Amino acid sequence: MLTLTCPCCGVTVEETELAPGGEAHLKRFGPGSSDEEFETYMFARKNPKGVHFERWRHAYGCGKWFLTARCTATLEVFGSYPAQTTEPPAELIAKIKEKRPGWEGYK
Amino acid sequence: MSKAVSALNGQSHTGFATVTEAGLKGMVTLRADLDSKALAKGLKALGLKVPAQRAIVTEGARSVAWMSPDELLVLCGYEEAAQVTADLEQALAKEHALVTNVSDARAMFTVSGAKGDEVLMKLCPIDFETLEAGEMRRSRAAQVAAAVWRSGPEELSVICFRSVAGYMMGLLEVSSRKGGEIY
Ligand SMILES: [Zn+2]
Repeated sequence: MLTLTCPCCGVTVEETELAPGGEAHLKRFGPGSSDEEFETYMFARKNPKGVHFERWRHAYGCGKWFLTARCTATLEVFGSYPAQTTEPPAELIAKIKEKRPGWEGYK
Repeated sequence: MSKAVSALNGQSHTGFATVTEAGLKGMVTLRADLDSKALAKGLKALGLKVPAQRAIVTEGARSVAWMSPDELLVLCGYEEAAQVTADLEQALAKEHALVTNVSDARAMFTVSGAKGDEVLMKLCPIDFETLEAGEMRRSRAAQVAAAVWRSGPEELSVICFRSVAGYMMGLLEVSSRKGGEIY
């Protein structure tokens, strides 16, 4: 069972209260972009075995979106943070690097 | 005007705890910047104040609960809900805010008795050990959204959408049957 802490209401909840939103930190390519850019934005996902940044919505709770970092192989959760950001917080990245020395970074 | 009735007309069942549909309740939902002075003033006029994160504060017959970073729920008498809505609308007239009387769109239940927690433990992914008095916890009960709080000693209250009131009562009635205690 995956449990995540919602940074918007501060409560730690299990995954049945949440709705998954896929990979976080995608850059949107909309009107005016090239076909390749749009295709990549639309379909190409990292799908890593290991550290993954994700969007989740506290659907049955406060209703807000937030972001998390977790390991897809072990389900270890590194942390969650508000969605109003374009990149993960520095302290979270430092924490992940400490736990996963071989990690290639979030980009 | 037609006579207002609550979803289940106060239906009640007693097993190892008593579950009751709480009847007509006034509920006013409010979306606004929770730090706004106009909001604080508007609530003060009702004898209330802006609650802290996930808190529910009660003053007399009225309560106000924190529902999300930009949402509050005011609980009041059914009859006064329209006036409370108008007063808050007036107070927030110059703000980017939404005030709606949702009294007839919701249903409220109480679960009372020493083992009341156990009725809801089977239905909600809430840690009742850590659910404190004065905390509003939004979650789900089986398949529907629910908001739960400790409304008194040995009493929990539950709010859900009116359209699922029958389903909620079904859950509560079965979960509170004698022999279904957890501990
Ligand atoms: Zn939340």
